[in-house]
Amino acid sequence: MSAVAARRRTLPGFGLTMGLTLTWLSVIILIPLAGLFLKSLELSPEQFWNILSSRRTLNALRVSFGLAFAAACVNLVMGSIIVWALVRYRFPGRRLFDAIVDVPFALPTAVAGVALTALFAEKGWLGAPLAALGLKVAFTPVGIFVAMIFIGIPFVVRTVQPVLQDLDPEIEEAAGSLGASRWQTIFRVILPSLAPALLTGLALAFARAVGEYGSVIFIAGNLPNVSEIAPLLIVIRLSEFRYADATAIAVVMLVVSFVIIFAVNRLQRWAQSRIPAR
Amino acid sequence: MTIEVRNLVKSFGSFKALDGVDLKVDSGELVALLGPSGSGKTTLLRIVAGLDWPDSGEVFINGEDALAQGARERHVGFVFQHYALFRHMTVFENVAFGLRVQPRAVRKDEAAIRIRVKELLDLVQLDWLADRYPSQLSGGQRQRIALARALAIEPRILLLDEPFGALDAKVRKELRKWLRSLHHEIHVTSIFVTHDQEEALEVANRVVVMDKGRIEQIGSPDDVYESPASAFVHGFIGESIELPVQVEGGAVRLDGRPLALAADGLAPGASKLFVRRHDMLVGPPGSGAFEGAVRHVRNFGPVQRAEVTLSGGKTIEIDAPRDKELRVGDTIGLEPRRYRIFAG
Amino acid sequence: MTMQIADSIPLSASDAKARAQAAAARDNLRTEPRAVRIVIIALAMLFLTVFVVLPLVVVFAQAFSRGVLAYLAALAEPEALAAIRLTLLVAAISVGLNLVFGLVAAWAIAKFDFPGKTFLITLIDLPFSVSPVISGLVFVLLFGAQGYFGSWLRDHDIQILFAVPGIALATTFVTFPFVARALIPLMQEQGTQEEEAAISLGASGLQTFFRVTLPNIKWGVLYGVLLCNARAMGEFGAVSVVSGHIRGETNTMPLLVEILYNEYQFVAAFAIASLLAMLALITLIVKTVLERHLDEGQEPSDH
Repeated sequence: MSAVAARRRTLPGFGLTMGLTLTWLSVIILIPLAGLFLKSLELSPEQFWNILSSRRTLNALRVSFGLAFAAACVNLVMGSIIVWALVRYRFPGRRLFDAIVDVPFALPTAVAGVALTALFAEKGWLGAPLAALGLKVAFTPVGIFVAMIFIGIPFVVRTVQPVLQDLDPEIEEAAGSLGASRWQTIFRVILPSLAPALLTGLALAFARAVGEYGSVIFIAGNLPNVSEIAPLLIVIRLSEFRYADATAIAVVMLVVSFVIIFAVNRLQRWAQSRIPAR
Repeated sequence: MTIEVRNLVKSFGSFKALDGVDLKVDSGELVALLGPSGSGKTTLLRIVAGLDWPDSGEVFINGEDALAQGARERHVGFVFQHYALFRHMTVFENVAFGLRVQPRAVRKDEAAIRIRVKELLDLVQLDWLADRYPSQLSGGQRQRIALARALAIEPRILLLDEPFGALDAKVRKELRKWLRSLHHEIHVTSIFVTHDQEEALEVANRVVVMDKGRIEQIGSPDDVYESPASAFVHGFIGESIELPVQVEGGAVRLDGRPLALAADGLAPGASKLFVRRHDMLVGPPGSGAFEGAVRHVRNFGPVQRAEVTLSGGKTIEIDAPRDKELRVGDTIGLEPRRYRIFAG
Repeated sequence: MTMQIADSIPLSASDAKARAQAAAARDNLRTEPRAVRIVIIALAMLFLTVFVVLPLVVVFAQAFSRGVLAYLAALAEPEALAAIRLTLLVAAISVGLNLVFGLVAAWAIAKFDFPGKTFLITLIDLPFSVSPVISGLVFVLLFGAQGYFGSWLRDHDIQILFAVPGIALATTFVTFPFVARALIPLMQEQGTQEEEAAISLGASGLQTFFRVTLPNIKWGVLYGVLLCNARAMGEFGAVSVVSGHIRGETNTMPLLVEILYNEYQFVAAFAIASLLAMLALITLIVKTVLERHLDEGQEPSDH
């Protein structure tokens, strides 16, 4: 493109700023992450496998991934309901609730952790009635699930909200005039149109919940093999100076994060390709 | 299938979109609703489709009270201005949508749906695009798919909102011809909205000219062009010379000077004189109702367009045949071959 | 309306009923029955109340459970003051670094076209998807006693881990994307015409940046700094791994919350937590205001 060349010539500073960007990016992000992978290469495949296949590691990964996925699914459903209410309906307090959705983004995770624990502990405001119903939340895997739901709330809402807002009202009218009932319009036209955004929100909520530490460890109970999450196990291995174990677990989690980033990028591209160029 | 609306009134806040509209469309007609933006034509179309509801008035489709039915019971094919194709569905699925959402009791089986969609895609000559997505189509192709989708439900009537509005000039002209021949083929009662007079005159059997929520004139394309019923229609359709005149004592006066024009049956008072540009015949000075000096001449294909300043001081543009010699500075006489005078 | 209907055709009672139903159905093209609407709104409000509002309320309720005096006393503890100081210091360092980086990176990425741009943005986004614990771990592996630079650092008597530099580094890692991500889309959208005009009028590169670009992106800069700061002050996992939890020295506010909580000093823990919660609430309020400013300067279709 000749426009590219022209641009490079007119505005100064490309070499300098790009150089600084790449240097700083390397120092802060790339070299430290590369160090992690290098460290893991010091392990033989057999050692690597032994660490990962130990019962405690497997259970921690299972707890983190399983509950994160379940929480992300709850966020998908509840996030859709919240988005629908915020975008399509007018009700008192709508703007306040809209702003509140971002609280899990902004609230430090340690604060969220102690707050959720206090709320769901056996004597807490919600923990007490739930305990009376026979459901113990705090210090059980259910508590982890609750904390992961909390931190995932904004992801689905904030990725789907702009897409629903921009959805052309004509497509709903078109569906209606073609004889579709309201439910057919929602399930055959609106939800498929939102699908890329919904899946992106699901993936982001899942990625966040898998790696979450602060808001989970207070409420989790942290019982090995039962309510111990993978990030906590990394911290424990570090404190035991078992760096190899910590590294192996971290590499697995990091690879999953990369896969999710890749998937989200693909989803974004898919969504882009379906926008009609008017 | 006939369409009839009676005394439709619709306001959006303080804006009166429709102000007492009556219209009858006969079976098999192709009617154009023509008017400037804000004239209420799209609102009228949406009310007939059941996408909007009037504040008062009646709508009948084939003699049935349409206002007692929602949009999905009316079996009206509606083609949206921006097509509103479902972007996550292929062309095939878009066209099949109306068939797939029918109640189970009347729904066609998959094989029958495939045959029907195939027929429709053949009809709009785009069967080769069945597996594409809307984002992969050109504007003209999207337009035709939107039409096929609307026809899939075997609509009783077909409504098109600015069907060619979003297309470029060349595609627009092709699609116009195509729509007319398609209508000839399927003969479904149709109304389309347009702000483009050429489009309305070329495609429609009948033209409904609207302005400010009211119908100004209903007639054949020839009628509205040759015998405009109001000053608005004359000014809106075709290029006209418009001069403010005074009718008094059986004479028509321009800038106080009487013109040699018949004033029979005209109400006295301020009026407007309309003459088509090509209906101003050029003659020697003193030969016609007007006299003026040629200011500027340009050639436009078969005609030459001249800017003429009349003796009263007003400047008009006329179209004269190329064989008539016009030179800047000439004084000429002008005689309107045909003209209309409207009160107001 | 009824008058006009009576004028034209007399309607039977059943016709009138059908019309009323159809008129109600007109809204159905783009919305749901009233009962469904109420259920959806109620579900959304209930969910947000349980998962978001109540945890916030609990923080303040617990912090003030022994009264205002106990609350203030907890905040006046030397340990608490040290944590507040450290948190402010670390936030200042990492926000400052990331602000400079964000501006530089946004200039390179938004104002020029080059191959691999999307990939570069993905790399900048990386810390968002890395578990905070791993963000801390990578620095332990680099600078820890057994780390790549561990022995060199020991020989030269430089303390990074379990000290302020380590905490600042981990925080910088975690907050790396905020400013750049706030600025890149904004600057991309504003294009390069104004800068090109300034250059063609004889301005230098820096003059162009400070007089043309910066005024155009000031709300975006504030937005990025705001979010970056909130995360920097609140970061827990990464900091927890590199801090060493030395009381009065390497405990930030979130770490102190944990320590106090684990020592059953609930009022003190929630008092510190309440400060952080207030920070979050103020951040959200300012963010809402800034978003309004940002929207004003942009086309509505951008988000």
